[in-house]
Amino acid sequence: MGVVIQAKGVRTIFGDKVVHDGLNFSINEGEIFGLLGPSGCGKTTLLREIVMLQDIHGGSIDVLGYDVANINQNNAQKLRQQWGVLFQAGALFSSLSIAQNIALPLYEYTDLSKKMIDEIVKFKIDIVGLKLSDANLFPSEISGGMKKKAGLARALAMDPKLLFLDEPTSGLDPISARDFDALILKLKELLGLTIIMVSHDLQSISDTVDRAGIVDEKKIVYEGSLDNIASIDNKFIQTFFGESYE
Amino acid sequence: MDNSYLKIESDKSELFIKFYGKFDLYLISKYKKQIDSINMQDIKTVNLCLSNLDFLDTASAIFINNLQNDFLDKKVKITSPNQKISDTLKLTKDMKHTDLKSLKQDSFIDNIGKNLVLNYRSFLSFVEFFGLVFMAFLKYISSPKTIRFKEIFFEINESAIKAFFIISITSFLIGLVVAYQSAYQLKLYGANIFVVDMLGISILRELSPLITAIVIAGRSGSAYTAQIGAMKITQELDAMKTMGFDPFAFLVLPRIIALMIMMPILIFLSDMMAIFAGMIIANIDLSITTELFLNRFNEVIDIKHFYIGIIKGPFFAFLIASIGIYRGLMVKDDTQSIGFNTTKSVVESIFAVIICDAVFSIALTNLGI
Repeated sequence: MGVVIQAKGVRTIFGDKVVHDGLNFSINEGEIFGLLGPSGCGKTTLLREIVMLQDIHGGSIDVLGYDVANINQNNAQKLRQQWGVLFQAGALFSSLSIAQNIALPLYEYTDLSKKMIDEIVKFKIDIVGLKLSDANLFPSEISGGMKKKAGLARALAMDPKLLFLDEPTSGLDPISARDFDALILKLKELLGLTIIMVSHDLQSISDTVDRAGIVDEKKIVYEGSLDNIASIDNKFIQTFFGESYE
Repeated sequence: MDNSYLKIESDKSELFIKFYGKFDLYLISKYKKQIDSINMQDIKTVNLCLSNLDFLDTASAIFINNLQNDFLDKKVKITSPNQKISDTLKLTKDMKHTDLKSLKQDSFIDNIGKNLVLNYRSFLSFVEFFGLVFMAFLKYISSPKTIRFKEIFFEINESAIKAFFIISITSFLIGLVVAYQSAYQLKLYGANIFVVDMLGISILRELSPLITAIVIAGRSGSAYTAQIGAMKITQELDAMKTMGFDPFAFLVLPRIIALMIMMPILIFLSDMMAIFAGMIIANIDLSITTELFLNRFNEVIDIKHFYIGIIKGPFFAFLIASIGIYRGLMVKDDTQSIGFNTTKSVVESIFAVIICDAVFSIALTNLGI
């Protein structure tokens, strides 16, 4: 199992507030890696930095062998086609139907026939657990849970190696949230994905995550499996994973 | 309220303030007045009797704690057998110990400095935006197959063709008003026929481009800001970027190009409608026949006036579209921001159009055109 993402000494500054300072972690191929931490610690910022939505002010982040801080246009474009990102509220393109949302990257990046693309879209809709009858609905016509599933289907459209999930279960009811966890595990098995997720949902974390990185005090304070995490001396870890967590 | 009241008794150097019933934040100002009206001279000890109180909320607890500070030079005793009430008092008192940094008000100079830096930054970000537009444009030119024709045609329809009606009506009315007002003045001197010169030059050269630009800024520029701002809030722009779709190629340039193509056509339409309206007024009010009007028009109105008006189109379009889009991209993660930026977009683009028009006017006149 190789390392797919490696962050070294990442430094982020907003105005005069230092968010990350000397932050290191690495993510192995084929695992589900959870980024956790108290609110405001910069988990989502870190995720945005990995997918090149935000610049880092120091250090380096290597994704699939490319250094995202110093990457040229062509490589950046190549890299972007190898990952999928699911945003918190789905971020579906509101002017396109669900099926068109999923088909968009396929039309842009491949020269597949319309028939072939339709097949692929149908498959993706099916695999995330949406009904085919929903395919022609627009994002404004569907529920929050369906938006997330549709967003997931779009993220998977190009069969990426990496899947980024930003709070995948937030805003879902507990039953849909567990379903979503099961879906993520299933997809990991079926497609051999490496999944990086930011989450607050304790149940979801313990059900899905193989390894976790806890972001606190501008650094990663713990990186590794959750099995003996409760023994770590950190305020956030103790309140989050302490006694109540077995 | 019925059985909540304040009783004040004094016994030589001792003052008793007795609270009865409930004490909540609605009663604070009433009690404060009562307490303020007490004559505090020769009083050495203040007794705050809370024993008859059956409810105390946190605001009133803060008030009672503050009372103790007010009577610093006197001895203050609090009697409160009720456990709950003394807990509430203790809670609010403990909060005071945590060091609340007093909020510093910015001085006038601070504000000037902050605004200066803010404006400087927004100027830089605007320059950056133009740089990015230019880069995206170069990319378009270097590989023409990446040009988003579909989006450009969509925008042509959305922001120009659908504006045909409103621009026709507005221009028609402007032509009508200008002709009517000048007809009234010209009639006084019997200079009826000069209405043609007047209309031809003012409308072709100045009025039509400006009216069109203002209508488009209000109609399409604001729409650009709101559309792109909303896409930013819903993270659609982020989603595009992570999928490798450059928002400048997909959203920004198609809008700018569409408007730059269509603006001269809209100005032409506006010319036609305004002159047509002028012709009607000339006919009715000044009894200048259509034939005479057109003959005179042909004689006195140079083609250059028409060209100057049309040439302004792409420049105005570029300003309106780029300011609208730039403002859209400046929308932050809150709903207030869309309204704020849409207003700014319309105001700034109309202002920019007028500045640009002034520059044209001065430059062309000095060049003798």
